[in-house]
Amino acid sequence: MPVMNIIQAVNDALRLQMRQDPRTVVLGEDVGKFGGVFRATSGLYEEFGGERVIDTPLAEAGIIGTAIGMALYGLRPVPEIQFGDFIFPAFDQIVNELAKFRYRSGGQYPCPVIIRTPVGGGIRGGHYHSQSPEALFIHTPGLKVIAPSNPYDAKGLLLACMRQNDPVLFMEPKRIYRASKGEVPEGDYTLELGKLAVTRPGTQVTLIAWSGMVSIAEETAAKAEAAGISVEVLDLRSLMPFDIDGILASVRKTGRCVILHEAPKTCGFGAELIASIQERAMEHLEAPITRVCGFDTPFPYTLEHEYMPNADRVLGAIRQTLEW
Amino acid sequence: MVAVQAQDDLRRVLDDEGRVLPGARVPDVADDVLRNIFDKMTLVRVMDDRMMRLQRQGRLGFYMKSIGEEATHFATAPLRMSDWVYPSYREQGAWFYRGYTIKQFVDQLFGNANDPVKGRQMPVHHSANWLNLVSISSPVGTQIPQAVGSAYAAKIMGKDDVSMVYFGEGTSSTGEFHVGLNFAGVWKAPCVFICRNNGWAISVPREKQTAAKTFASKAVGYGMPGIRVDGNDILAVLQVAQEAIDRARAGEGPTLIEALTYRVQGHSSSDDPSVYRDPKEPEIWEKRDPLNRMRNYLTHRGLWDQAWEQGLIDRYNQEITDALAASDVTPPPPVESMFDDVYEEMPWHIREQKAWLMAQARTKSPHHHG
Ligand SMILES: Cc1ncc(C[n+]2csc(CCOP(=O)(O)OP(=O)(O)O)c2C)c(N)n1
Ligand SMILES: [Mg+2]
Repeated sequence: MPVMNIIQAVNDALRLQMRQDPRTVVLGEDVGKFGGVFRATSGLYEEFGGERVIDTPLAEAGIIGTAIGMALYGLRPVPEIQFGDFIFPAFDQIVNELAKFRYRSGGQYPCPVIIRTPVGGGIRGGHYHSQSPEALFIHTPGLKVIAPSNPYDAKGLLLACMRQNDPVLFMEPKRIYRASKGEVPEGDYTLELGKLAVTRPGTQVTLIAWSGMVSIAEETAAKAEAAGISVEVLDLRSLMPFDIDGILASVRKTGRCVILHEAPKTCGFGAELIASIQERAMEHLEAPITRVCGFDTPFPYTLEHEYMPNADRVLGAIRQTLEW
Repeated sequence: MVAVQAQDDLRRVLDDEGRVLPGARVPDVADDVLRNIFDKMTLVRVMDDRMMRLQRQGRLGFYMKSIGEEATHFATAPLRMSDWVYPSYREQGAWFYRGYTIKQFVDQLFGNANDPVKGRQMPVHHSANWLNLVSISSPVGTQIPQAVGSAYAAKIMGKDDVSMVYFGEGTSSTGEFHVGLNFAGVWKAPCVFICRNNGWAISVPREKQTAAKTFASKAVGYGMPGIRVDGNDILAVLQVAQEAIDRARAGEGPTLIEALTYRVQGHSSSDDPSVYRDPKEPEIWEKRDPLNRMRNYLTHRGLWDQAWEQGLIDRYNQEITDALAASDVTPPPPVESMFDDVYEEMPWHIREQKAWLMAQARTKSPHHHG
């Protein structure tokens, strides 16, 4: 099996789908000849031409608004928003239009637009190249939100997204775009949306993470193991819908849970997970569920490593949970 | 030599050699102002060169040059200090001209404890309220309606201050551009819009941003004049800026200026233009270099000599070296400063998070800074 990084896996998924389905088009800023500022669409313009790999004017509201119209008419657009931080000019189109089209038309107008965008910090990008805005979109009924952490999942999930009929925000972890490498099957495969992956089995504490934080979770679990603590790592992969059964199965086994996310703590997705778990598994919990998150400040520049969750902090939370 | 296309609507005063074009009206700019502009343009060149080299050596995270576009920065020169400027990320000359120091500039790039924005933003995202230079944002175009708001606020408050806002031609595709110009037209806001048309928005050529022949023509739809100027011709830039500022101050409303120039190098230190454009294209524009044209003009006027320019280069190189040396021994902002300025007063939950982090910092040291 070939080894790929996340960029290559995304690129491979797009190419495969575009070869199979002539309705699939890619649009965005710099996605054409340049192949995207992170090179995720590299080579697509050469293979499929400027009518299917479209360099748009610089306007995110235009990119998503026109993608919606394309989807309504019968294409399968996969727009790229260059950085998750620049999605907000399109917020109205995503939240009020894309997410609600099916519902408001009584099911007449499904709107299969798959928005790809890089998210997360750790690249010395300051607050406009580092944010993790998933909670805003998970809170938008009608949208699916997918957040892979590795190349295998990125390809399989992106292919799955492009073959279903709901709009998706597909968040790609930019810090590990190239650093995360792994075996990726050649050719076609899809992963079911809405299913988590147990990336490391364990017995004492459930550690839930997604996107760029999964690598921190695994680092923590390894450190914990060295200290005699058995941690089960869940990579959520799919944030909306999320795999409540998979989470409960793990938490019922371990009785303890720590949630790790890079986005600010308050009203972060961790809060929803805690509520959902305690509603269903209170009697299995041996300790309060805790969170390790970004702070409730804008993402800083110089102090980004102080801002971002790290293995020491997560291990501290795990110990606290165990000692409770 | 290829001249800038002689379109009727392109304002030029100097030819490519820096000679006054036959029949051109020369703006009335004092000699010391011209020399000061040349001085600051030289500083931008020296700074860009030094910082890009540092970036290439891995000593600076990120940088954006403006080589070839420097003359456009000095549309700010006819402003008063009480006027407001909303820059984009590529107008270093405007900062230096208004009094931002080399040390402040360098401290911001390194986000150290002396950085005027406290290490909060990426390199080249300055802010200097004491100079009425408003904080730069990465999301492009956001500053356009904001500048209109400031301009109209001055009018409401009975002041005759003007706001000037910069953006690239790619940014004219954003909703904010259209919203901002429309509001300005309706309100007759004292606002001057400077569209730096440098031909490229990262890899996207200007033809993919608009089907209109010029960016200046967009002004028509918003009920304001649109002026197209050779953005590499300092005299023409000063002239159209002065006219637009005068109009605004006199209560006659906003103006859109399209400054035709060219991004001679990459978009930023992260970019590689050889992937998407013909390397011959920049060569044509290097012949229209704004600094060379200004130097030639000053020479004709007897306002330039080699020793003066060399003196500037040497002095600025030294000042940059000093600023870098000072930055090298300046620590990062203190960790606890991360929690300041989110709100005027820190709410309980941020106080709690700060206390938690500071307790962590005492026991373990996850910090990469010494
Ligand atoms: C809203 C938004 N979308 C995308 C970006 C990414 N981006 C940064 S600069 C740039 C191109 C801007 O081109 P232009 O307006 O012509 O200015 P120039 O860089 O040429 O000075 C893009 C797409 C951004 N900063 N903001
Ligand atoms: Mg441009």
